[in-house]
Parts: sequence; structure tokens; C-alpha cells
Amino acid sequence: METLFAIAIGVLVAASVYLFLARDLPRLLLGFILLGTAVNLSILASGRLGGAIPALVGGTQTALGQDAANPLPQALILTAIVIGFGLAAFALMLVVKAKRILGTVRPEEMRDAEGAPDEVTMLLPAPDERRRDAA
Amino acid sequence: MIQSLIVAPILIPLITAAVTAILWNRPDVQRPVGLIGAILLLGAAILLLLEAWQSGPQVARMGGWDAPFGIALVIDLFSAIMLVITGLMGVAVGIYAMGPDAQERDKAGFQPLFHSLLLGVAGAFSTGDLFNLYVWFEVMLIASFGLLVLDRTREQIDGGLRYVALNLVGTVVFLLAVGLLYGLTGTLNLADIARVAPQIENQGALAGVGFLLLLAFGAKAAVFPIFNWLPAAYHTASMPVAAIFAALLTKVGVYAIIRVFTLVFAHDTAFFGPILAGVAIATMVTGVLGAASQYDVRRILSFHIISQIGYMLVGVALMTPLAIAGSVLYIVHHIIVKANLFLIAGVMRQEGGSFALKKLGGLWTSKPVLGLLFLIPALSLAGLPPLSGFWGKFAVIRAGLEAEAYILAGAALAVGLLTLFSMIKIWNEAFWKAAPAEAKPLPWTLSQRLASYLPIVALGGLTLTIGLWTEPFAQLSLAAAEEILDRDGYIRAVLGDVQPAVLLAGGGR
Repeated sequence: METLFAIAIGVLVAASVYLFLARDLPRLLLGFILLGTAVNLSILASGRLGGAIPALVGGTQTALGQDAANPLPQALILTAIVIGFGLAAFALMLVVKAKRILGTVRPEEMRDAEGAPDEVTMLLPAPDERRRDAA
Repeated sequence: MIQSLIVAPILIPLITAAVTAILWNRPDVQRPVGLIGAILLLGAAILLLLEAWQSGPQVARMGGWDAPFGIALVIDLFSAIMLVITGLMGVAVGIYAMGPDAQERDKAGFQPLFHSLLLGVAGAFSTGDLFNLYVWFEVMLIASFGLLVLDRTREQIDGGLRYVALNLVGTVVFLLAVGLLYGLTGTLNLADIARVAPQIENQGALAGVGFLLLLAFGAKAAVFPIFNWLPAAYHTASMPVAAIFAALLTKVGVYAIIRVFTLVFAHDTAFFGPILAGVAIATMVTGVLGAASQYDVRRILSFHIISQIGYMLVGVALMTPLAIAGSVLYIVHHIIVKANLFLIAGVMRQEGGSFALKKLGGLWTSKPVLGLLFLIPALSLAGLPPLSGFWGKFAVIRAGLEAEAYILAGAALAVGLLTLFSMIKIWNEAFWKAAPAEAKPLPWTLSQRLASYLPIVALGGLTLTIGLWTEPFAQLSLAAAEEILDRDGYIRAVLGDVQPAVLLAGGGR
């Protein structure tokens, strides 16, 4: 069970890294969602796998039974899913906005925030000058 | 009474954010409400600081659940100092945000987002629970996303995407580290983790978690390999937003690094110390070199944030009382000075018409007072005596020399010199050289001008006070450092006396 779980998490992480390497933002976002899922699964695994009995305290009992599932990772994951959903929704909106305002979803085509081109080239010698130096 | 005081720094911004959100259509009412909220936050934080100063770490158990089962809020001196500085920045930026463009900003929802940001920051400084820290990080992050793209200009969308992309990955890494640490220790309470950590058999896995946490917090703090998002994003935000970001956001990352590495990984300093020292040096040097190549006031200041983060990490790298005290003093000094410089950059734009050094000029003849107000934080940032930066750098470098970390101390000195170079560059270009023909001041009213200058004067005065009357601030930092290094004291304060003393061995990795 644990091995299977570990392989599943590994595959998810690999897929998300592959998506991160793509040079457009919607894929990056999908990668983030997959990575979040992988992390949620690993939290579940770190809280011990196996207990299939719901983490509920019965009428006469005062504590959880021995084989009950660990409730804490479930609570953590629930919180993490909500937060991850919020972040993903915001990021998706931002990508939509970027497509509308900047006309692209490829980060390397976005040149608004960092260094207007003329400011950068100002510091370098002009192209023909550079060629002369190299010759 | 004290229990409700501990919750106050979280409740006050929460209520302020809610009220200002309800008043969405009344920006003119939002502003005073927001300012009152910030002043109350400052007041509550000062009371907490007094309490933590007189009677040690204060603990509040949420919902009456005892630690380590429930969430505990723990306010020690370091947390209290950070809360006071958060409140102070809330007030200063709250006033400044009444300056130019206040109308547009508030229509876009500045006030609720601003107080949500303060909520996240105050929560992160207060909590004594690792998962809770993650939640506060997210609160802060979502608010900062909203604030960053407030005006929805092209550059803000571009910068915002860069900021969001890296932080998304950072939060997932943080979450993974939390999960793994829970798997290793069986608890989420920081004090309890600190109690259990030295006894864990699998110290290698613990060190791996340490790296994940360093990566996650480092991404927030903009340390060496993962700082690129900061200069890509900060300068695009509107000026009050950039100032509060520069003051608080990266410092929450630094706070988390100091908190976690002095509590959970303190038994492993021999391993993490050199790594942190290397990161600190690389952060200082790359930041200051990046700044040297920039020609926009905001971008120069953004790169300097990175460089200064390096100084703050020296404390955890060395783990001596003086080094940690130096870090604490440095954080306090840096927050005040850096926020002030961003506020001044906003005024420079109003008075000179631009942020680009090429288009600025002649401000010394037209606005000599602004020149003086700029010199105080600028020279303090470079570490010239008798300003606050001198004492921060002095403590950090002296601690480095005492610990025989000569490369670290040498790098810190050299970076101070290069910082001075950048500040002189701004001075020469914006204030000293003749005004270029196209420089044209933007129009603003007297009340806008007052709102802009008031926080600058106040923060400048504070910088001078720390510089000239250092004794109480140094005492406070030293006391905070001693408390940070006293792990047993922290654990006892949170968990009570029943726990056995912690074995402080080097670990059997």
C-alpha cells in the first residue's frame, strides 16, 4: 500500500515538474494544482495509512479506536485544499487578465515589469561597436 | 485579560478588514476606519511588548485546548517586537496612503486588502504552531497578490505573475515540509516539535525537512538563489503597497527562518550554520551588485531589500547571543528605514515627475527638506554612524568577528560600502545634478502633501532616535536574543513544567 502510494505521489510530482517546464502559464498552473495534490497525498501518508474506519468516536467510547484513521492529516488536507483552490482561482484570473491586457500567456514575451529594453541596452556598447572589439 | 490581549493583534486587523470591506462604496469613510484600526493594532502590540518584557513569553490556548493539541499563540519578546513594528508600519503606511491617488486606490479595494495583509503578518508573528503559520502565510500571500495588482497596469500584471508563480511553488514546498515534519515528530506545535526533534532517530530526514523549510521561507524572504521575483514585482506596485511589502513581507520569511531554525533545528547548528552563512553572504553580495546596476529608484531599493536580508540571516548562521541580537536590531532598523525610503521615492516622483534617475534632478535646490529626509534613511541603510543602521551592522559584524567568521564579517563590511555607493548614486542623480528640462512636478494638494510627509518625518525621527539613543533598543534586542536561544524556556512556557528537559546533543546522524 505504502509503495503504491509513494509511486503515485512520485508520478504526480514528475508530471507537475514536466508542466512547470512548459513555457506557458496555464500549464504552470496545472502543474501547481498537481503538485498540491501530490503534497496532500504525502501528508495523508505521513499520518499513517491503513485505517479504513472513519475517525469518529462512538456513543459509549471516550477515545478513538486503535484502527481508526488519523483525523489530523484529514483536517490539514481539507485546509490545504481550500487554500490551494483559492490560490489557483486567483492565479487563473491573473492569467486570464494577462491574456487580455498583455495579449500573451508566455512569460518570455512579457517585458513590461523588468527593464525597458532601451534602459538595458544603454549600458552595453552598440552592436557594431561590439563586433569591432571582437574582430 | 492577557489572553484577549494576545489575540488582539489578530482580531483588530480582521475586524478592520471586515468593516472596510462592508464600506466598499464609501472610500472616504474607509480611510479613517483603517487608520483607527492600525493605531489600535499598534497600541495592542505595545501593551503586549510591555507584558512580554516584564513577565516572559505569553501563551494563549485557542478554544481552551491545551498545547500541543490545540493551536497556541506564543508571544515572546521577538514576536512582540515584530508586532509593534507591524503596527507602526500599519499606521505610517495608513497615513501615507491618504496621499496622492488615494481615491483610485481605495476604489480598487486597498483598505480591506491592506488590513488583511496586516492580519496575515500579525498572525504569522503570533502563532506557535507550524500549520497555523502556513495558514497565516497564505492569508498574507492572497492579500499581497491583490495589493500588488491593484491598479491592473501592464507592468503590474507582468510583475504580479512572476511574484505569484514563485510563491505558489513556495507554499506547496512549505506544506510538504509541514506534512513530513508531522510524520517525523507526530506534532505540529513548534515547542513540541522542538522538544521531540533532537530525539528523532532519522536525523537525515529531519535535515531534509529543514532544507524544504529553508527553501519555502527563503522564497518568501528573497534569499540568494530564489530572489528574482522581488525586483521583478515590488517596483510595479503603487507606492504605499511597495512600502508595506518592503517593510513586512520578506521579514515574515526571515522571522520564520529565525524561529524555526533556533527552535527545531538548534541541535543541528553545526550542519545548518555554514549553509545559512553561505546563503547570507551570497544574498548580501548579489543584492547589492544588482542594485548597483539599476537606474530606477524603486528597483535600486528593491535590490537593497535582498542585500539586507543577508545581514538578518547572520544571526541564525552564527547562533551566538550577540549575532541574534544583531539580527533583531537589524530587522527593526531595516523595516523602518526601508519603508521610509519607499515612501520618499513616492514623494520624489511627485516632486520630480519620475522614478527614473535619468529624468530626475535638481531636487536639492527645489526641495532641500526632502533631501535631508532622504539622507537620514539612506545613510542609515549604508550603516553610517550615528544612525540606526550603524548599530545593526556593528552588532552583526562584531558577532561575526567574535565567532571567527571572517569571510562573513568581511562580506558584510564590503556590502555596506557598496550600499553607500547606490545611495550616493540616487543622491547625485536625483538631488544633486541640474534638473533635466522635461522634469515636471506632479500637482498635489496641501493635505496630500501633509499625509505624505508626516510618516516620512516620523520614521526619520525614529531612525535618528535608534541611532542616538541606542541603549534601550540594544537591551531589548539582547533580551530577545537570549529568549530565542533559551529553547527550554520557550518549551516550558508553552507546554508547562511536566515535560522532561530536552537533550541537547549533536544528534546521531
